[in-house]
Amino acid sequence: MDKQSRRQFIRLAVRGTLFGGIALVTGNLILRQGEPLFGKNRKSGPTVWQLNPAKCIQCGRCATNCVKTPSAVKCTHAYSMCGYCNLCSGYFKPGTKTLDTGAEKQLCPVSAIKRTFVEDPFYEYTIDETLCIGCGKCVKGCGAFGNGSLQLQVRHPLCDNCNECSIARNCPAGAYRRVPLSDPYLLKGFGKEKV
Amino acid sequence: MRRKQVILFFLIIGWLSPPAVMAIQRFPKPEFESGYVVPDAQLPLPRAELLAWLDVTVLLLTLSLATYLVLKRRSRMGVFLLSLFSLAYFGFYRQGCVCSIGAIQNVTMALFSGSYTVPLTVLFFFLIPLVFTLLFGRTFCAAVCPFGTFQDLVSFRPVRMGAWLNAFLGMIPYLYLGLAVLFAATTTEFIICRYDPFVGIFRLNASFGMFLFAGLLLVSGVFIARPYCRFLCPYGVLLNWMSQFSWKHMTITPAECIQCRLCENVCPYDAIDFPQTKKNPAGQRKQVNQLILLSLLLPLLVLGGVWTGGKMHLTLAGVNSRVRLARMIQATPVSKDQPEIPEITAFRSSGVQQQQLMTEVATIEDDFLTGSRIFGGFVGLVFGITLIRLIRTPYRTDYLPNRGTCFSCAKCMDYCPVLKDKTNN
Repeated sequence: MDKQSRRQFIRLAVRGTLFGGIALVTGNLILRQGEPLFGKNRKSGPTVWQLNPAKCIQCGRCATNCVKTPSAVKCTHAYSMCGYCNLCSGYFKPGTKTLDTGAEKQLCPVSAIKRTFVEDPFYEYTIDETLCIGCGKCVKGCGAFGNGSLQLQVRHPLCDNCNECSIARNCPAGAYRRVPLSDPYLLKGFGKEKV
Repeated sequence: MRRKQVILFFLIIGWLSPPAVMAIQRFPKPEFESGYVVPDAQLPLPRAELLAWLDVTVLLLTLSLATYLVLKRRSRMGVFLLSLFSLAYFGFYRQGCVCSIGAIQNVTMALFSGSYTVPLTVLFFFLIPLVFTLLFGRTFCAAVCPFGTFQDLVSFRPVRMGAWLNAFLGMIPYLYLGLAVLFAATTTEFIICRYDPFVGIFRLNASFGMFLFAGLLLVSGVFIARPYCRFLCPYGVLLNWMSQFSWKHMTITPAECIQCRLCENVCPYDAIDFPQTKKNPAGQRKQVNQLILLSLLLPLLVLGGVWTGGKMHLTLAGVNSRVRLARMIQATPVSKDQPEIPEITAFRSSGVQQQQLMTEVATIEDDFLTGSRIFGGFVGLVFGITLIRLIRTPYRTDYLPNRGTCFSCAKCMDYCPVLKDKTNN
């Protein structure tokens, strides 16, 4: 065996080993995913980031830690849970006496909540997502004194779906996790159920 | 008026309750008489899964085309045009996520953590370039990776770096890879993504630090061609290993090398190995002695790395958020006057006992001890092997691309005056 063919043989052997290694890792990763590789119940589908409102403590970091400005996290209104209160604790600052839409009375720093009269004594509150920065101030107010129908959620069309979410890394409550793309929201209803 | 009283009552109750909020039905669902219909919550859907598979297909196609252009067509122009497309698609349209470099961490985390499953599309992003490189060399770096193509656009005045500088800076990717694997395996964080210099530019939106880092890389990239690829990229380490044993690899000359030396100064990445026909430039005896000394030193370097890694494990574990939380709790005295730390507030309201957290943290620190030792040993090994490779002078008669570090960019091909021998084909 001359030097050249010996080198080629070694190269072939190592190449085979590397192929084997790649196959082993792939096989391991695919096999551990369990039976359904395709279809609805598989685990191997793409994931997106979402935050669990039940864990969220409204620290305000969603507004500042997202790689996007303004943040891809927005306040989401689960209307079906809303009490349509006149004195909305997510809309008004604590201690507000006259309930009108004056900016100084609003909890929201960017006036992203629109208050519209429905019928006595009910008011509808709508989030203007183009304004909302995801600070969670209204969420805190609504959760503390109201029904908790205002909740922070990652709005997927705005989210870049980073491999590691920059807000998740800084979330003090560990509320963020990867969720399957087929079920991308985690709005909480009363108790434990989902909206 | 009654309603206001009810609200006032709940206001008082609310002030007394802990800060963590859950949806509680304090107010009944209103019964509207005006025919108002309660709207549904607006939940826009994420990017469709089909598009993730489209990305995989585009990766496969661009990689095949790059390989064809480099190995068969030997066309630098083609590679350049394709690289512009890749930069536009994977960089500016897909905004750099998910990329093959970052996918290292997903795969590692899936291998070590029981709860995380790597999505198939991400797995393919990790695998396809590796397999291609094992077959055809690093054509992925040449025209597909948006990072590489981006830096390629600015390398106007590349300077030669010298073997020793190249070798020593070339060890940084190994360190980076080791750390990335350590942090991903312990489900701590994805440092490759966190310190990714170019996504900020792709998204035209990043912190000042990120822009500064990217700017520095691009400016230094004018003189040091592809600084990220050569001296930082952790995926490049894996590709380097694959490429060294690849089945086919691009060559500078299409036929026989005539030693014309025209390609000597062409490669901006110092990836052309010059002929080495003198058997022992430094003296055979001296070289053999050095090699023996280094091979004896190698185990010592590895052991030293293991020892140092073991010493550093608590510092490294401090990156983990659970460990950080536990240390924060221990460092913060329980008192009412302290300003609230969100982490501690969240922990208190989560209902997890402190003891539970401490046990969890002890396990994580244990994992870090093992991991840091392996990491340290790996770094020692890389250091030793780098030294050995610097001293070794393998025999070569021709100008050859260095299979490990060559990006297969095809820049050198145009400088070779040898024409393809038509009579043989």
